[in-house]
Amino acid sequence: MTPFTYGRAQNVDDALELGARPGAKYLGGGTNLVDLMRETIERPVALVDVTQLDHEIEERADGSLLIGAATRNTALASHPAVRARYPVLARAITAGASAQIRNMATVGGNMLQRTRCAYFYDDDGGSRCNKRHPGQGCDAAEGINRYHAILGASPSCVATHPSDMCVALAALGAVVHLRNAEGERALPFTDLHRLPGDQPELETQLRPGELITAVELPALAFGARSTYRKVRDRASYAFALVSVAAALELDGDTVKDVRIALGGVAHKPWRAWKAEDALRGQPATAEAFRAAAQAELAQAQPLRHNGFKVELARRTIAAVLAELKEMKA
Amino acid sequence: MPITINGSTAELPDDPRVSLLDFLREHQHLFGAKKGCDQGACGACTVLVDGERVLSCLTLAVQCQGKSVTTIEGLAPHAGMHPLQEAFVAHDGFQCGYCTPGQICSAVGMVQELRRGVPSHVTADLRTPAIALTHDELRERMSGNLCRCGAYNGIAAAIAEEFERAPT
Repeated sequence: MTPFTYGRAQNVDDALELGARPGAKYLGGGTNLVDLMRETIERPVALVDVTQLDHEIEERADGSLLIGAATRNTALASHPAVRARYPVLARAITAGASAQIRNMATVGGNMLQRTRCAYFYDDDGGSRCNKRHPGQGCDAAEGINRYHAILGASPSCVATHPSDMCVALAALGAVVHLRNAEGERALPFTDLHRLPGDQPELETQLRPGELITAVELPALAFGARSTYRKVRDRASYAFALVSVAAALELDGDTVKDVRIALGGVAHKPWRAWKAEDALRGQPATAEAFRAAAQAELAQAQPLRHNGFKVELARRTIAAVLAELKEMKA
Repeated sequence: MPITINGSTAELPDDPRVSLLDFLREHQHLFGAKKGCDQGACGACTVLVDGERVLSCLTLAVQCQGKSVTTIEGLAPHAGMHPLQEAFVAHDGFQCGYCTPGQICSAVGMVQELRRGVPSHVTADLRTPAIALTHDELRERMSGNLCRCGAYNGIAAAIAEEFERAPT
């Protein structure tokens, strides 16, 4: 690791003051950042430990939940309101990483883990990566890219965002609460992360020194009828090849409303707006589920080794919707 | 504010780059926690921080200021072995033993999580506060600890037996 200073923020003002220093980074559980610092891919000059900040989960009168950014992943997945009203979120979190990492990782840190691939990590091996060295080129695009993106990628970067939690947050229409020296603002979670375009080194819309203070889950009447399915190479402790977070509202046999987001397929947690639009008002049948999945995946642009993800995503979307239709919520 | 390690206080390192794992091994000469991958993939470095199982390789020692760390050396209260260590011996829960301290610290933390009702990927009913330690639950909850000798059957049997013997 390159040298850095360490400070522990006692409150948000404290964190913003310490975090205003150019080259400073906020530190949550460190499960991604410390690893990348050891590889000298991340080289912050200062770490501002924000794990002592808000880690409460507030159940608000309007039915929403306000989750402090320092809440640990395990605590969020274990919360009774999350388990009962947003099972997709508890399912997504418990599908991610290992128990040790979930005990360490904060909600804010999970969101800000790097979008990455093996070529991003392979600095010593000489792989080219536009995230590590902007303008250098991307060896993943023509390399071994089985795990890489099929949606929203660019010639400059084909990496995927590996979070499971974030796929559920995208489906649930979460809102991110932010603070910096200029004040506070709220951002739809689906706008937090960027697609790579020609600047893949920029992964979020955060401004300099800006701190995630909380994430808000709006009330969702049909949230109890939601789930998360993750398809991966081994049964546990592996990144998704494809994952689906979804919630379904039925009116008799008709789809009244639906939320769908995909993981493992793009540079950011992928809200499947086209699939949702295609399904609303349609009969809740296997054919309609399949058609909705096709509406989303029609835009897919697979690479040499990940063409299988297109059909895998279609099938997983349809299977999850079928499961939700039968769920006793 | 210093750090507490197995009940004794210690001063934190001046250099914030020192991981908790290196602090335990190189500064405190507690060689139980092992450096397997040093990148959060194997679980050999698992210790308990304020009772929660974490990876000491991805924890900076300075982050543990004011916290209480328990390593394999601190698990048995007196001379002799922790019951889970005895169970690992009885069930051949290892061959080379390199992953064993991490496996045992992880299992201790895992049982506490189960008692608190923390759900896992294989928990069928998320609303139930009482989760049984089934075969699938045990294996899923221990999936962050790899054993390259493949002693998983013995490890799972040891944990299951000790949990049955002392479930609360």
